[in-house]
Amino acid sequence: MDQIPILKIGDCLLVSIQVDMHDRLAMALQDDLTNKIVSTRARGVMIDISALEIVDSFIGRMLNNIAAMSRVLDAVTVVVGMQPAVAITLVELGLALTGVKTALNVDKGLALIRRLIDGEEDSRDRREG
Amino acid sequence: MIVAKDESLSIKTSEDVVRVRQVVRAQAIAAGFGLVDQTKIVTAASEIARNAIDYAGGGDVRIETLHNGTRRGVRLTFSDRGPGIADIGLALTDGYTTGSGLGLGLGGAKRLSNEFAVDSKPGSGTRVTLARWR
Repeated sequence: MDQIPILKIGDCLLVSIQVDMHDRLAMALQDDLTNKIVSTRARGVMIDISALEIVDSFIGRMLNNIAAMSRVLDAVTVVVGMQPAVAITLVELGLALTGVKTALNVDKGLALIRRLIDGEEDSRDRREG
Repeated sequence: MIVAKDESLSIKTSEDVVRVRQVVRAQAIAAGFGLVDQTKIVTAASEIARNAIDYAGGGDVRIETLHNGTRRGVRLTFSDRGPGIADIGLALTDGYTTGSGLGLGLGGAKRLSNEFAVDSKPGSGTRVTLARWR
């Protein structure tokens, strides 16, 4: 498998990483997702990592990059489903993922994306109104 | 100390890094590691294997399951013939990198291990040995 599918649901993109990604696959996902945010005018991106057994510094950097790029492209990113053992290891590794918003599962992730998008639109309305 | 299992892999591509992760995981499971301990040593392995590619153009790893009385451990020995590390203390510092990454690999892998040693001289390659015990 050399491509990770990106699903469009309404104004959100959903990625569920189901394979142990090698580094080139992670880079390809980062590029694909950035292009897709622009071509679909998505406002939210949800990345499900519940099947990922490790997040090392490379995958962590990819998640940070995706969050930063989507922010620049006017979309919000939420990472969902991190396994507890992965979270423990990530913190000990020294990677805090400070720029990445997280939620426990897909349901909570979608609700968070909704709130973030609506919140942004509210504050935009206030500025313009 | 008894070496109960001994496998060697070469590391040349990013697919090989995935292979290393899988073999380390299998040995950690066979040694009876819990999920957190498995995740820590697999993550450490991933960091050091990637370093071998990024800084030395590739290398080798030896993956051993150790029995010491009732204790079970997994030891990884990575070696490469790259340019070596001039200042190991500096290389272990979080945020320091001569590449394009985050500079967390070596120091992070050390924190995820119970035993950790770097042996390197400029021009003669690098050997990183790490172990985690159950």
